[in-house]
Amino acid sequence: MALGMVLTVENVSKQFGGLHAVQGVSFGLEENEVLGLIGPNGSGKTTMLNLISGAYKPSAGRIALYGKDISGSSANAIATMGVARTFQIVRMLPSLTVLENVAAGGVFGHGRRWGQELEESARSLLTRVGLKNAEDAPVSVLTYIDQKRVELARALISDPKVLLLDEWLAGLSASELETGIALIKELRAEGRTIIVVEHVMDAIRSLCDRCIVMNSGAKIAEGAPKNVLADSEVIRAYLGTADA
Amino acid sequence: MLETRNLSVFYGRHRAVEDVSVTVSKGEVVVMLGANCAGKSTFLRAVSGLTPVMTGGSVVLDGRDITHHPPHAVVEAGIALVPEDRGVFGDLTAHENLILGAHPRRARPHQAQNLDRVLSLFPKLAERRKQVVRTMSGGEQQMVAIGRAMMSAPSILMLDEPSLGLSPLLCSELFRALARVKETGVGILLVEQNAKQSLAIADRGYLLDNGHIAAADSAEALSRDEKVKRAYLGAG
Amino acid sequence: MTAREKRYLVLGGLVFVAVAFLPFADTGYWLSLGISIAMYTVLATSWALFSGPTHYISLATAAFFGLGMYVAGVGVDLLPFPVLVLLAAAGGAVLAAVVGLATLRLSGVYFVIFTLGLAELVRQIVTWVQTTMGSSSGLYVLTGITEPMIYWQLLALAALVFLVGWWIGRSRLGFALRIIGNDEVVAAHSGINTARVKVMLFVISGTVAAVTGAILAPRWTYIEPTIAFSAMISFQVVIMALLGGAHRLWGPLLGVIPFTFLSDQISANFPNQTTLLFGVAFLLIVYAIPNGVVGLVENLLQGRKWRSG
Repeated sequence: MALGMVLTVENVSKQFGGLHAVQGVSFGLEENEVLGLIGPNGSGKTTMLNLISGAYKPSAGRIALYGKDISGSSANAIATMGVARTFQIVRMLPSLTVLENVAAGGVFGHGRRWGQELEESARSLLTRVGLKNAEDAPVSVLTYIDQKRVELARALISDPKVLLLDEWLAGLSASELETGIALIKELRAEGRTIIVVEHVMDAIRSLCDRCIVMNSGAKIAEGAPKNVLADSEVIRAYLGTADA
Repeated sequence: MLETRNLSVFYGRHRAVEDVSVTVSKGEVVVMLGANCAGKSTFLRAVSGLTPVMTGGSVVLDGRDITHHPPHAVVEAGIALVPEDRGVFGDLTAHENLILGAHPRRARPHQAQNLDRVLSLFPKLAERRKQVVRTMSGGEQQMVAIGRAMMSAPSILMLDEPSLGLSPLLCSELFRALARVKETGVGILLVEQNAKQSLAIADRGYLLDNGHIAAADSAEALSRDEKVKRAYLGAG
Repeated sequence: MTAREKRYLVLGGLVFVAVAFLPFADTGYWLSLGISIAMYTVLATSWALFSGPTHYISLATAAFFGLGMYVAGVGVDLLPFPVLVLLAAAGGAVLAAVVGLATLRLSGVYFVIFTLGLAELVRQIVTWVQTTMGSSSGLYVLTGITEPMIYWQLLALAALVFLVGWWIGRSRLGFALRIIGNDEVVAAHSGINTARVKVMLFVISGTVAAVTGAILAPRWTYIEPTIAFSAMISFQVVIMALLGGAHRLWGPLLGVIPFTFLSDQISANFPNQTTLLFGVAFLLIVYAIPNGVVGLVENLLQGRKWRSG
């Protein structure tokens, strides 16, 4: 079953001034698995994604991608190795059109392309995330949820091997959620390895092979979703009730 | 009481909100459900004066017409909005963000009192008063945004997807906090995807579809409605 | 290349050929004005190549310009002039690369202040070197290069800058710059080496400014640090580029032409109130056309499209 480790996080910590955002977290990510990263607000999940994507450098510890140490690498170098992400609060490029916002992800780095080829992939990805007919609109007219769709398309255009999704499903209605979950399953079927940060437990249960629970910057539980979500510590710190 | 009559918003030729009439009384929670492009956010922005509305519609607060008022005048009149993107000031501390919320003349004399109330609703903000908001987690920023709106001592509080990005535990805490806000006599207009929990604390609800009010009923009746169940509550 | 692009290219070429005939019509007032326009067109256009999309406001133009002028001034009796121009280009490129690597991680206002300080620093160093090594603070640049020759050199440089700008605009590099100008975090996470792209563009504009300085050195015959490194050059370049519109390749040109005429009229008619009137004129223009001349032109075109559509 173990197809090899894509990512290994060893004893990683991150401090901001006196604030310990992540403290001594270790875990591995296997090829083609979907890993859920859950935990209370402020527990360090997004910081963890930022450390993996190179937005932050760890204060201590080591992160390796395909065996290569990336702890000190820049975000663009890590993106070029095939890691793409979305952001918890969407980051649109306001002076570019919707199509250009998507194309931006594929100009340099992993899966780079240009011209007709880039434009066509951007178009087909917009269709895939459910956003046809908006290509030439300024991105500011889109709703928040549609902007999240643009952001996923921008991540996918680099044909990433590892995809980091930061609360991409948040804010979807029940029926949209089903479509969203199906889309992430498809991405996995294409061979991608995915980390999802989510608060939507239905999504975590149906998507993830494994879950890591963080609290106050530390890992407090790891395992299959059904076991982890039944853990009394997790219920106390995160879920509140047995079934949220 | 907040009342809108035949409120319409157009973006170019695109109709985002058409003839929407709703009421929100003091001490009442009203939830607005709808798909993600149904026009809910636009409606809240229109009430707040952030998006121009078509002539013919009106926004009335406690018998006073505040249609076409600029956003600061709407806040001064007593309506506060917590926008979907939160709109917190990232480089300021949590405390400074909250104090800024008390800027309306109406709210200034009661600043200390309102601050105590906000901090008792969100105890975590008391712990993190001196933290720069940019370094806070998404959920904590959401609390700052709601707290700041509460600092203006509104008679009507409008929230656009406040549970977005909150952990299950915080989410339940948020809805409990909103129920407590309601008890202080504030009227709450809530736009939410979390239909289950929002209907649980709501008195009434509206369904917005494609810019129109498609249904209006008590929260209890809406949560039993088959269509609502399918579209918003999920199969499970 | 699309048919439309070809049309623009041919049209642009014809304009260059036409204005190249200016020295045959007049070698006095109009040629002198033509040289000013050509000089500021080159400086403002190359400035906007970097600062337009990235929004990094550089006030270092005078540092590069003065450096180029001094390379020409010092070497004028030792080396052939074309070699001096190449040396100035190399000097400008190296200075821009060093400064860019050191400062482009500074954001917003800190970058602006640093670049302003840079020009002053270079000026002070040159002054110090001259007064300790030589006797006077100035340099004589005596050559057989005439005004028309300076004008043609500037025109050729302007044509080169426009071609480079046009190429960048349609290349990956240009798109990467626009992404950086919108959000550097997104740019980096999209695999763009933001530092490298910014330094590359900063080097291009620094090189062009240094070459401009070298070309203009013979015109002034006597140069000294206060003239060559005058902060006014940096400010005027920024003002003209923003006045025209820094987000279009041809935008700065639309700022340079009216502003040069205006400043010429003001300094000729009101020699004692020049700075005051400059300021007033600038305020009025910004108030009347906040989006620059390009914005005005685009609005007019847009309006026409709507009426006809």
